[in-house]
Amino acid sequence: MIKHLRSAADLDAATATLILDTAGEMAALSGREVKKLPALRGRTVVNLFYEDSTRTRISFEAAAKRLSADVINFSAKGSSVSKGESLKDTALTLQAMGADAVVIRHSASGAPHRLANWVDGSVVNAGDGTHEHPTQALLDAYTMRSRLGRLDGLKVAIVGDVLHSRVARSNVLLLTTLGAQVTLVGPPTLIPLDVAAALAEKTQVSYDLDAVLPDSDVVMMLRVQTERMQDSYFPSAREYSRRYGLDVARMKKLPEHAIVMHPGPMNRGMEIAPEVADSPRSTIVEQVANGVSVRMAVLYLLLGGK
Amino acid sequence: MAYLLKGVSILGAEPTDLYIADGVISAPVENAEVVDAAGLVALPGLVDVHTHLREPGREDAETVETGSRAAALGGYTAVCAMANTSPVADTAGVVEQVWRLGREAGLVDVQPIGAVTVGLAGKQMAELGAMASSAANVRIFSDDGFCVADPKLMRRALEYVKAFDGVIAQHAEEHRLTEGAQMHEGEVSTRLGLTGWPAVAEEAIIARDVLLAEHVGSRLHVCHVSTAGSVEVLRQAKARGVRVTAEVTPHHLLLTDELAAGYDPVFKVNPPLRTRSDVEALRKALLDGVIDVVATDHAPHAVQDKECEWAHARPGMLGLETALPIVLSIYGPQWELIADRMSRAPARIAGLTGHGGDLTVGSPANLTLVDPSARRVVDPSELASRSRNTPYAGMTLPGRIVATFLRGEATVLDGKAVK
Repeated sequence: MIKHLRSAADLDAATATLILDTAGEMAALSGREVKKLPALRGRTVVNLFYEDSTRTRISFEAAAKRLSADVINFSAKGSSVSKGESLKDTALTLQAMGADAVVIRHSASGAPHRLANWVDGSVVNAGDGTHEHPTQALLDAYTMRSRLGRLDGLKVAIVGDVLHSRVARSNVLLLTTLGAQVTLVGPPTLIPLDVAAALAEKTQVSYDLDAVLPDSDVVMMLRVQTERMQDSYFPSAREYSRRYGLDVARMKKLPEHAIVMHPGPMNRGMEIAPEVADSPRSTIVEQVANGVSVRMAVLYLLLGGK
Repeated sequence: MAYLLKGVSILGAEPTDLYIADGVISAPVENAEVVDAAGLVALPGLVDVHTHLREPGREDAETVETGSRAAALGGYTAVCAMANTSPVADTAGVVEQVWRLGREAGLVDVQPIGAVTVGLAGKQMAELGAMASSAANVRIFSDDGFCVADPKLMRRALEYVKAFDGVIAQHAEEHRLTEGAQMHEGEVSTRLGLTGWPAVAEEAIIARDVLLAEHVGSRLHVCHVSTAGSVEVLRQAKARGVRVTAEVTPHHLLLTDELAAGYDPVFKVNPPLRTRSDVEALRKALLDGVIDVVATDHAPHAVQDKECEWAHARPGMLGLETALPIVLSIYGPQWELIADRMSRAPARIAGLTGHGGDLTVGSPANLTLVDPSARRVVDPSELASRSRNTPYAGMTLPGRIVATFLRGEATVLDGKAVK
């Protein structure tokens, strides 16, 4: 088993599949009255969150607690970090406290890579800057597999601000590893340079959402921040929505079986219409539930839980 | 003190005896201290037109003295100290202070560079004339670290310094295109999720500035050229007769953006490391003379400014002690080329008449002796610089600087600084 999960590129097909299979076993637990496993009893998991992210933090916290680990939540606000402590000094503190795993969310791309140099425990990337969010990709893959029965050969459209999206990067890497065909869709200003060469050779790019939808098994809508408007990535929220938003009319272009995903938090009415987000095709609530199972699997396998 | 460099090879020529006395290369004299120079190559003392000595302001990263020692150990006899200190070297007072500190250290000639604009703010021209007339005798002006972005101000500065044969050294970066930039924009930045610094941000400014220099008939010097596109702009400008010179750093001749993959900020630098094809174009341009000089952009940084997240780290890397070995590793023993690009041409650009001369009788004895057969592993803890941010740690490089002489006085002997 790998030691750290810093990037979806750390996962080969066998390892990724093992995580998804293990997540399936973990999910079976959640139907039981007692949801706890003793697997990580006596182990310490630190949630080191430099960015506010209640959703991701409580997902990791629930995952660790269901495995009986001791959980320490270290949020940057109101801690030594806000007094200017460096990442390295914080890492050495966690190291001294004997953290077996550090789950890190940070605004700087690559912060988990830096952290892994300074702690002996496992490092799990819970989102770093505009780089990656590998456990989100794992829960997305898990959700697709649950709904559609397979990943190999699946056609997945990822739509929106790919340039700034850590979810998109991790999904391209992981889904390609697992045999899916990914098409990135968005205005040219929000599709990063040389993306196929950078991430996965067979990744496709399209600027035309309507052309891509009829041939998609999955359409994943990314959150688009309205601040991007000020930076000339697109002229207005309305124009963005018109060209790249998923409304009811567009949803009808999808094949019957296709699903609609969103990593959250959503801008309803911007990249996704409320009727679409709440439709039976939408997996948005399932994704959240699956997040806990997938993160349990990751912590369990990284920490060699028995 | 007189020296006899016994069996020295001047620029790779047949071994000969070279005498140094009274500060110059001399005819044979009695009682000279003999330096066994068999197997060693003599080069005119190296000249760096782009060095950050950090004093005043960041003496925890480097001082004029520690930087001078690093320079001498790297074979340099003169370095041009960039203006982005704190306070900024934008007045006669600050440039004279740096110049005096250089004299007191006495290891290399420290030639201050003056800021083009007050506080490097790009708004108001600094008192360039006062700096030129000061004891520091400033001839190169640069806002390095920042681009002189305002085209009108750049035009005026280019014109103004003609009165005292000055030159503007431009840090070419269209800041609007590099907001938040962390590394070269391309495949690797996409993979790493780091904001890109596009090549065009450099090329657009160089294109503008060569046109401005041509329009007003002034000299322009372009700092740390890093892209193949910039080379093409310079090639065309030179072919038209524009008075432009350009420098390339050892790191842009050797390293690529792939090194950012581990997010170790020791590889973060501005302009950023580029691609393999840029490196190839820069190597060829230095050979062709489209790029005139190798300049180190020696940029010391304190440990805490590099042991952090990539995005929070300061850009820059050490260069003085490894520049010649790196150039040797790329070009081999092309001594004429090395003497021109690392000594004669930079001395000419900086107006340092005592440096970059031929090693003939009567010339100032500014020279360095290199053992081209030696190889050494770069160990950051052994560097004379106060900082440790070398990107070459652990690399084996050819060439060892055995001795350096500044106006006939040894600053380095047996590979060690004399003071």
